[in-house]
Amino acid sequence: MKVGVVTFPGTLDDRDAARAATNAGTTSISLWHGDADLKGVDAVILPGGFSYGDYLRCGAISRFAPVMEKIIDAANGGMPVLGICNGFQVLCEAHLLPGALTRNHELHFLCRDQKLEITNNKTSWTTSFSMGQEVVIPLKNGEGSFQCDDATLATLEGEGRVIARYVGENPNGSRNKIAGITNERGNVVGLMPHPEHAIDTLTGPTADGLGFFTSVLKALVK
Amino acid sequence: MALDTVSIAQNNPDTSQPFAELGLKPDEYARIKEILGRRPTSSELAMYSVMWSEHCSYKSSKVHLKQFGEKAVKTDALLVGIGENAGVVDVGQGYAVTFKIESHNHPSFVEPYQGAATGVGGIVRDILTMGARPIAVMDPLRFGPADAADTRRVLPGIIAGVGGYGNCLGLPNIGGEVVFDETYIGNPLVNALCVGVMKHSDIKLAKAAGAGNLVVLYGAKTGGDGIGGVSVLASETFESSGPAKRPAVQVGDPFVEKVLIECSLEIFAEDLVVGIQDLGGAGLSCATSELASGGSGGMKVELDRVPLRDATLSPEEILMSESQERMCAIVEPKNIARFLEICKKWDVTVTVIGEVTDGERLEITWHGDLIVDVPPRTVAHDGPVYNRPLAKPEYVDRVNAETVSVPRPKTADEIKATVLKLAATPNLADKSWVTSQYDRYVQGNTIQSQPDDSGMVRIDEKTHLGVAVATDANANWSYLNPYEGAKLALAEAARNIATAGAKPLAVTNCLNFGSPEDPGVMWQFAESVRGLADGCLEMGLPVTGGNVSFYNQTGAVAILPTPVIGVLGVIDDVRTRTPMSFDRAGLDLYLLGETADDIAGSEWAYMHGQRGGSAPVADLQREMRLIELLVAGRTSKIFTAAHDLSQGGLSASLTEMVLRYHVGADIKVENVEIALISETPGRVIVAIEPVVKEQLLALAKKHEIVITRLGTTGGQDLVINGAIIPLEELRKAHSETFPKLFG
Repeated sequence: MKVGVVTFPGTLDDRDAARAATNAGTTSISLWHGDADLKGVDAVILPGGFSYGDYLRCGAISRFAPVMEKIIDAANGGMPVLGICNGFQVLCEAHLLPGALTRNHELHFLCRDQKLEITNNKTSWTTSFSMGQEVVIPLKNGEGSFQCDDATLATLEGEGRVIARYVGENPNGSRNKIAGITNERGNVVGLMPHPEHAIDTLTGPTADGLGFFTSVLKALVK
Repeated sequence: MALDTVSIAQNNPDTSQPFAELGLKPDEYARIKEILGRRPTSSELAMYSVMWSEHCSYKSSKVHLKQFGEKAVKTDALLVGIGENAGVVDVGQGYAVTFKIESHNHPSFVEPYQGAATGVGGIVRDILTMGARPIAVMDPLRFGPADAADTRRVLPGIIAGVGGYGNCLGLPNIGGEVVFDETYIGNPLVNALCVGVMKHSDIKLAKAAGAGNLVVLYGAKTGGDGIGGVSVLASETFESSGPAKRPAVQVGDPFVEKVLIECSLEIFAEDLVVGIQDLGGAGLSCATSELASGGSGGMKVELDRVPLRDATLSPEEILMSESQERMCAIVEPKNIARFLEICKKWDVTVTVIGEVTDGERLEITWHGDLIVDVPPRTVAHDGPVYNRPLAKPEYVDRVNAETVSVPRPKTADEIKATVLKLAATPNLADKSWVTSQYDRYVQGNTIQSQPDDSGMVRIDEKTHLGVAVATDANANWSYLNPYEGAKLALAEAARNIATAGAKPLAVTNCLNFGSPEDPGVMWQFAESVRGLADGCLEMGLPVTGGNVSFYNQTGAVAILPTPVIGVLGVIDDVRTRTPMSFDRAGLDLYLLGETADDIAGSEWAYMHGQRGGSAPVADLQREMRLIELLVAGRTSKIFTAAHDLSQGGLSASLTEMVLRYHVGADIKVENVEIALISETPGRVIVAIEPVVKEQLLALAKKHEIVITRLGTTGGQDLVINGAIIPLEELRKAHSETFPKLFG
């Protein structure tokens, strides 16, 4: 199974995402933002970083990259797509997911080991978890506060599309402590924390993040 | 607008020039005339003035710094030594590591965010220039008192700047220091360290060899930032039209630098450059003169080809501009097409601005007119050298004779109060408020970061080879005795590498001092350099490079002498490192090393307004035996945890250990009024499983290190001689300080 990892100018966690996908048993393929070519991959990860230096708005320029046209089509056709941090921001800008990520309420970049509760284990990226499972994976961003209008929030909550929530103190002011959401179909997931930095206890706080990558392998094998 | 050309300079030898405003002394100006056989053009004057400045020429420090070469140990580990952009060390398995610290103190006082950000950007480009992929940064910082108004002004901006730039580059921040002292008010110290890794064969040097090879400028366009003093020239040379005052502090764009890094690494991977230099201090003046003198000397540059952000810039300003995120490469004509193609892929602006010639002159033209014609070596390397007067300041003997008088904790209540006070004092309090603004995870190879004793990153995922880096300075000791202070900082940094079980390999430094024109400061500097050189020789560690920052003073008050020492170590398998603390009950705790009544220069003394007494004397032989013990204990898997004792002594180290994984300890010590607060160097707390006790004792005996049992781990309290300190209470004291001060 081939998982594509996109590199935009300013992407930082592409090699980390590729390592995580490889460790989970998939083959990772590098995708370049300027090439409208998915190279036959079965799933796509939009990794973290500061694509285009966060100019204008986080993800606002990347969303127009040639590779994104292909990703948007593929996602609408059901291909599993995971956006991590800046990738989540790109997915929102591309309208594959609703809402927006805004400045953390304390106005600082925040890097910490974050406890999350998995609140939907039916998506392409979360079946390796049990409902209500608590995991610890790093959170690191300056603009991670999830915001949307009341109607959207009601829809997300009503349809069970919040896939992970912060446990304990709200780290960034996200509505309903939302850390990640999915689309109606459950193939597109946006997640603010970084599961690719929690794939072993040597380099991460836990190995809890690996579950997102093993989940997609199961989804693809099915 | 009059352009000053070489022919005008020849025909008008008596034109008066603002050399003094540019910081040149009359004899230095005379020397330039002697070199050129005429007066310099205004562009040449600009180049000489900035390249002969203290910052670029090391004119006050050179005579002392040469000890690092003269006293150097013979080692095969040093692949590239002092003089290049950064030293390169062999760490085995075909890997080479380069690391260096630089200061960005003054810009960070003027404009905290940009000053700190471009400090990170500059050191990262130095590392990149060697051919290495940057893999981590660290930031030793020093500020005025934590509650001072100016500290509240500069600290948040500096922290945000270090984070804002480093985070956006995708470089994990793996450690540093945050220290407060009155003498840094109005003069914060922002030192930035970067580590990079490459294969031996990938090392690049700053040289422009081969006539006909092209001089290529790539990266950001050149703007009017970071020109500072040279704007004097513009106002002298030109009419009042155009922007008169240029900003002194550079403005960084980390996104441009990130792209520049990836673009450069792709260019290096295809071996497309003959030589390379980043544009930092002194901008194009520095890059062209250093590249040319690194080669045969001849180079022609068409300055009007340089892409500009501001079309009104004069040639003098273009030569001086310290606009960030620029690199200058020497490329063979056969490789230029591919070079340009890679730049295009990354959307990096690239321009061929000149070529290497077989002459010996650096010739720069402006729309065809010759405006610079100099032997490049005279600009880059033959600057003035001063043997400045030095004299031991009168304060030294006076303060050394003082007796330190501080409260001594004896009763349980006093012990508890002392531990809580030390845990909460800004210099020892939890720095999470700072470090949580830095990305420590990116690249996925961070094994240790703040609050560990050292930062550690894996450099090979298959063999698990890693490197560790620590930076330390103890300015209180350096104030009392700069010679011993430098040695003690070296020993501490090396020890901080070794507690994790890594082997110290090489040294870099950032020497922060007051004005070199003050003989007392110059004496502090000379003594520090002598101490560091002697210490490195004794410990067998080469100095790979460094940086000197003078003129750190406000009025007549100089900062404490602050030599920040960085040590790089290697560890063959990062999986076997010794962690800083214990995560379970039932372990035995021991103290390695002897405790004397070393209160002078301690944090406890500082907290009680006591600056006097005598600094400890470094025993580097004992430090080396301790390091060997720590490395041997790691490889034979004896240690469950090991943590250095430094500022705040046993009290601070125990606090950090019990809070790390929230496991308490029950400790009994003799002479608690000394043991709790003394900062005797060369001490480490180790935690072991009781079954390996005999092995530990044998190891200590073999390495002749005094060992004392401290107690056991477990419970929800730190108990010292019966004084019970609940972990929750200790954590509150330790962690509240920074949020309260800085929000």
